[in-house]
Amino acid sequence: MKYEVIIGLEIHLELLTASKLFCGCSTAFGREPNTNCCPVCLGLPGSLPVFNRRAIELAVTAALALNSEIRLWSRFDRKNYFYPDLPKAYQVSQYDQPLARGGYLEVDVAVGKRRINLERVHLEEEAGKLVHAGHSIIGSGYSLVDYNRAGIPLLEIVTAPEMHSGREARLFLEDLRTVLLYAGVSDCKMEEGSLRCDANISLRPEGSSILGTKAEVKNMNSFRSVELALDYEVQRQEKVLSGGGSVVQETCHWDEENKQTITLRGKEGSSDYRYFPEPDLLPLVLENTFVEDLGRSLPELPSERRERLREQYGLEKEEAFLLTANRELGDFFEKAAKAYPVYDNLFNWVQGDLLYQLRENDKKVEEIDPNLLAGLLQLLDEGSINRPVAKELLAEMVQSGADPKEMVRERGLERISGRDRLLPLVEQVIAENPEAVENYRQGKNKALAFLVGKVMAATKGRADPAELNRLLKEKI
Amino acid sequence: MPFDFGKEVDHVARLARLSLEEDEKERMAGQLSDILKTARRIQELDTTGIEPTSHVTERPAVLREDRVRPSLPLDKALRNAPRREKGFVKVPRITVSEQDQK
Repeated sequence: MKYEVIIGLEIHLELLTASKLFCGCSTAFGREPNTNCCPVCLGLPGSLPVFNRRAIELAVTAALALNSEIRLWSRFDRKNYFYPDLPKAYQVSQYDQPLARGGYLEVDVAVGKRRINLERVHLEEEAGKLVHAGHSIIGSGYSLVDYNRAGIPLLEIVTAPEMHSGREARLFLEDLRTVLLYAGVSDCKMEEGSLRCDANISLRPEGSSILGTKAEVKNMNSFRSVELALDYEVQRQEKVLSGGGSVVQETCHWDEENKQTITLRGKEGSSDYRYFPEPDLLPLVLENTFVEDLGRSLPELPSERRERLREQYGLEKEEAFLLTANRELGDFFEKAAKAYPVYDNLFNWVQGDLLYQLRENDKKVEEIDPNLLAGLLQLLDEGSINRPVAKELLAEMVQSGADPKEMVRERGLERISGRDRLLPLVEQVIAENPEAVENYRQGKNKALAFLVGKVMAATKGRADPAELNRLLKEKI
Repeated sequence: MPFDFGKEVDHVARLARLSLEEDEKERMAGQLSDILKTARRIQELDTTGIEPTSHVTERPAVLREDRVRPSLPLDKALRNAPRREKGFVKVPRITVSEQDQK
């Protein structure tokens, strides 16, 4: 039997605030454990939470960027569960009155664009971090808890069950990350945990309209592992169903090392969280103007930038895509384009030699001054240097940040051109290499290339080979 | 079918990670039954036309500016921790069956 795969994602991201959601503790990453804690985020008796305005602004901005409908009245609830990462034994979250409902993201998938709908976007507090003493979460002797993270504003985005493969889920997630980065709401680092993703996945016979029993997959720490874990889970469930068995509703953990999912426990129903309205927080009521202002100051989003790049610089679709998906590369291109408005040539150098040198030298594009590349290409276009020299200077520019213009001046790398300057060198090479000259006269074209090479060497690569060809032919 | 309070107590105790003695379970089953009876009585009230109310004041929440303020010194922050190690709170082993994340 053929099965249809149904995947829904639940995404959590830490919002870029200076202080936590309900208290003034710092959100800085990498501090000594438990040094960013106060009575509020430790849940000490008598403390009261107060909303961080910036967190609300960022949450609304993210929801707007995802075309989600902001609800001016929303409420916070306690989600009760006992786990050592929660100092209060409940998480302040939003249950039936979330900050935003609906929304969608247009994702470029293999078959073109596809709209993935969202169920909701809501705000909650981050939990602390458990450091497992053993090798992994399973089989630890004991655990160590750091509450620095507890109380950082966390945005939860829930998609509709509308994705059909691990690959689609990955593409959606990558696009979502790009949108959120552009919106400036989070640094979205999966490896540091500021962007996390859980997935619900189920299979059903093709053509059926009833959802199959789902499994929840957690601990996918990279875009690649999201794809791998979901593909693995598809195969696992397919095997169970094809063998006449049924999938048990469960939570599983992606084991990165062994590339498989491991069952953690039977899934508890949501009623087990015993949600109830948070008595310490009044409902969040937003003014219409608050939301409208944020909508107006929404930064340019990836889809808008793609369109603009194509229009403004005459780039192809894939070219605009590259410069948008890699925001810093796009920024570099746009800055360089101001000083060097030959856009197609600029793009070719950025996509080709620049990216190559960045990879070779393990550098980030943010470390390179776009004006240096613009200056380099001007030298090349003016004919002050030739192409091989330009490539070498680019490599050095990436390695050391040196200015190509200065390097040219200091080292005398200007192109040597013109009959007057080249002819004496040509004549000298002809005089010094009678054998090659004779070979060329007898029809050996290779001999000419040899002679060109000799003059090039004499000029330290600064002459134009085509010009030398002409002069040599003329003189022999 | 009568509601099985004994079973409900077991369930809630498991969620709260409490281990109860038999006599405690019995006592709590009775208390739970009483609490639910009271709730049922309240539910008998006619609330037609009244919006669900979660908070008694009509005022919206207050927002504060995003400014970092000093946190507690480590020693104070961990004063109530039963066990600690290298600045962390040390907690018992979390077994597979108890695993319960968001």
